[in-house]
Amino acid sequence: MPLLDVQDLSKRFGGLQAVEGVSFSVEPGRITSLIGPNGAGKTTIFNLITGIYRPDRGMILYKEMSLVGRRPHAVVKLGIARTFQGIRLFPGLTVRENVMAGRHCRGKAGVFAALLRSPGQRREESEIRSRADDCLRFMHVDQHRYELARNLPYGDQRRVEVARALATDPELVVLDEPAAGLNEEESASLVALIRQIREQGITVLLIEHDMKVVMGVSDHVLVLDNGRLIAGGRPDEVQANPRVIEAYLGCGAGAAAAPGAAPDVEDARDV
Amino acid sequence: MNLRRGFSRFLGPGGNPARALPRYFGPLGIVLLCLLPLPLDNYLRAVLWQLGIYVLLGLSLHIIVGYAGMFQLGHAAFYAIGAYTVGILNLRAGWPILLALPVGAGLAGICGYIVCRPILHLRGDYLAIVTIAFGEIVRILLVNDAGGWTGGANGLSGIARPAIGGFVFRTNLEHFYFVLVFVLLGIAAVRRLEDSRLGRAWMYVREDEAAAEAMGIDTVRVKSLAFFLGSVGAGLAGGLYASRVSVISPDLARFQESVTIFCIVVLGGCGSIPGVVVGTLAMVALPELMRVVRDWRDGFLGLSMILMMIFRPDGLWPRRRSGLGT
Amino acid sequence: MEFLAQNLLNGVSIGSFYALVALGYTMVYGVLRLINFAHGDLFMWGAFLGYTALTAISAAGLSPGPWVFVPVLPGVMIVLALAGVLLERTAYRPLRSAGRLPPLISALGAAFILQALARNLYGASYKTYPSSVSLPGGVRILGDVTMGTTQIVAVLAALLLMSALHVFVHRTRVGTAMRAVSLDHDTARLMGIPVDRVIAGVFLIGPALGGAAGMLVALRYGSFDFTLGWTFGLKAFIAAIVGGIGNIPGAMLGGLILGVVESLGAGYISPQWKDLIAYVLLALILIARPGGLLGERCAERV
Repeated sequence: MPLLDVQDLSKRFGGLQAVEGVSFSVEPGRITSLIGPNGAGKTTIFNLITGIYRPDRGMILYKEMSLVGRRPHAVVKLGIARTFQGIRLFPGLTVRENVMAGRHCRGKAGVFAALLRSPGQRREESEIRSRADDCLRFMHVDQHRYELARNLPYGDQRRVEVARALATDPELVVLDEPAAGLNEEESASLVALIRQIREQGITVLLIEHDMKVVMGVSDHVLVLDNGRLIAGGRPDEVQANPRVIEAYLGCGAGAAAAPGAAPDVEDARDV
Repeated sequence: MNLRRGFSRFLGPGGNPARALPRYFGPLGIVLLCLLPLPLDNYLRAVLWQLGIYVLLGLSLHIIVGYAGMFQLGHAAFYAIGAYTVGILNLRAGWPILLALPVGAGLAGICGYIVCRPILHLRGDYLAIVTIAFGEIVRILLVNDAGGWTGGANGLSGIARPAIGGFVFRTNLEHFYFVLVFVLLGIAAVRRLEDSRLGRAWMYVREDEAAAEAMGIDTVRVKSLAFFLGSVGAGLAGGLYASRVSVISPDLARFQESVTIFCIVVLGGCGSIPGVVVGTLAMVALPELMRVVRDWRDGFLGLSMILMMIFRPDGLWPRRRSGLGT
Repeated sequence: MEFLAQNLLNGVSIGSFYALVALGYTMVYGVLRLINFAHGDLFMWGAFLGYTALTAISAAGLSPGPWVFVPVLPGVMIVLALAGVLLERTAYRPLRSAGRLPPLISALGAAFILQALARNLYGASYKTYPSSVSLPGGVRILGDVTMGTTQIVAVLAALLLMSALHVFVHRTRVGTAMRAVSLDHDTARLMGIPVDRVIAGVFLIGPALGGAAGMLVALRYGSFDFTLGWTFGLKAFIAAIVGGIGNIPGAMLGGLILGVVESLGAGYISPQWKDLIAYVLLALILIARPGGLLGERCAERV
């Protein structure tokens, strides 16, 4: 049974059909990648899954529960955490405070618990801190925990963002171009980390432009073009698919080149 | 976090143990505050009482503006709601002040909650405008004697003084101590909220609302809780005010009052509790004590607001990187 | 029927003043995304400067007839235009890149200063323009529906100024530049538009129109004090929001709607609830259609 099952998903913005009749499923314990040229609708699909947009048509089933109409915070609580294409950390807060945000949905202390400092509340507070530190260690950024997020180098900010997503205890993490702007060495270690995330039993759904990352890490690749799904399969299958090559290189271009030259300009429909 | 260290952290600005003030600072501060009015004359004691009221108002608005980052420019409306509720309960139903105070605070909180729900989605300055409008609506309702209960433009008079057992708070000194208790409790409450799951959620919303929502924070709930709690604080301050001056008028809900409270928070340094105290000193104590320039009080305030924004935009006592991450 | 017509007429006449003041709020918001709280007080200063000029003319032994408006009105407009530019230079420009809150506070500060100046220089009592500046008589429009000549002239002057502004914004190079700046500062700058000068231009025009409105309102209502900027200015500001702030036709429409609704409310419900109607209208508009009737969408971006 798939962890995430998307059926006939469609979304239109004004005159632009961003996503049209897309169906796919994400199997638990695997790394699934969504690739496609700019404007293909990848980030839109992520925003539909995570509740930021509401689909015009179609179903999104997560563990057989419908996600349509749920607000983003409720989706997180069900076990789906995300990162953003452009980094969206809380710039004026420390790294640790950022990651502690991920623990919010697993806590329950309210106003009275906070005012009375009840034993349960204090236990929860120390659990929040220690779990946040675990996630920071896992992403190898715990040495920065008291620094302001905005002062971190770009690569580390990305890692903090992943740590924040992991802190929500997700079963599915949705990573939107985690390798964008990273150099070769940094992306290689990112790939290793994504594998480690899977080894923890967490399913990964990935948008990525860096074909090295995609082909190296994915169990399953989905290719999107103009809002429609045009191919899906194992990385090697997808790489050899002529429709995919055409989508990346345009009509009539030489079929010899692999889709490694994908442009890495950011998707037009940012969150 | 740690109750044994609690007292020293009761009033201090800190959070990070490495930077926390010495352990004796809290109790020492409280003792000094208790001794402060003793050598002062009656007028200055009244000023101190007034400062206490404004610190409470500042703290309550601080939750909404400083933590949750919402521009609330009609806070005085809830101050007035608290004051009028206490006044009406006391005058019409004969309730003792101590019983009416929590009801006034609660009613102000409920009003805050109801008002904020439809407007939470508005962008910063639009929110400011609706809150201004709400403040004016409340003031006009009071002036026009809504329901025949508010006494119109003259307001209410003859509200009783607070009493515990047989002891009635009468003098300025007694009222100062009465308010001081609430101020200290208020500071403790806001500090505890700041360093809690809810307090952090407010700051996430302030920093980046969409990211907060996407990280699992119910932003609507968190923001309306800020409005609720802030309005409770304003209502409490209103009730305390009514029970000392015993005469209240619709002027409590004036826009100028809302602006004063707003400036206490912003000038003091958004997001910092000592900033609220410093802001109150700057906005209320300074003009009050410099009576020679009282005619120019508003002009002086205006000038300092502009200069502050240009030269010290983070406020007089900005929020230090606190120990939330510790 | 006549009652309705009279109220509508009153509403249009008040509304045209709201609109004239609302233009200043809306133009500044358009280019700076700033609520210029000081605008209402600049408008109030228009009334006071006119008062000073008229008193000075009387003191010089001349009897100020209606003709004095011909030199005094433009004079007041020029002084306020300069004041507007000075305000922008000192209180707003240093905060151009400081986010939204600091300029807002600064604007409130400027409003406080302008009010304190007026109160201390003129005193807190009500001021009245000499009755000799009013035009005598009135015009019977329909049955018993009448309108004073002064009122008619004031409304016509307001409409004339608004039309002039409309032509200026849509038919001239500077006006086009203003519209460009209101869309995007950076792009406008890249296109070679001197953004700072355009913004200064907005601060010339807005307060000038506001100052004219100040004199006209003082003339129409007869008396005013230093709180005029707050009471009337806030209403005008609401008019700008109702029409869609940042939108020039919206300000005019919002002003007229507010004037008419208020006047009908005062006529059919009760004059004492007149103010409440304006605020409730504002709250309803902002909740249901936050951008105003003709304005941008402005709920928080996802």
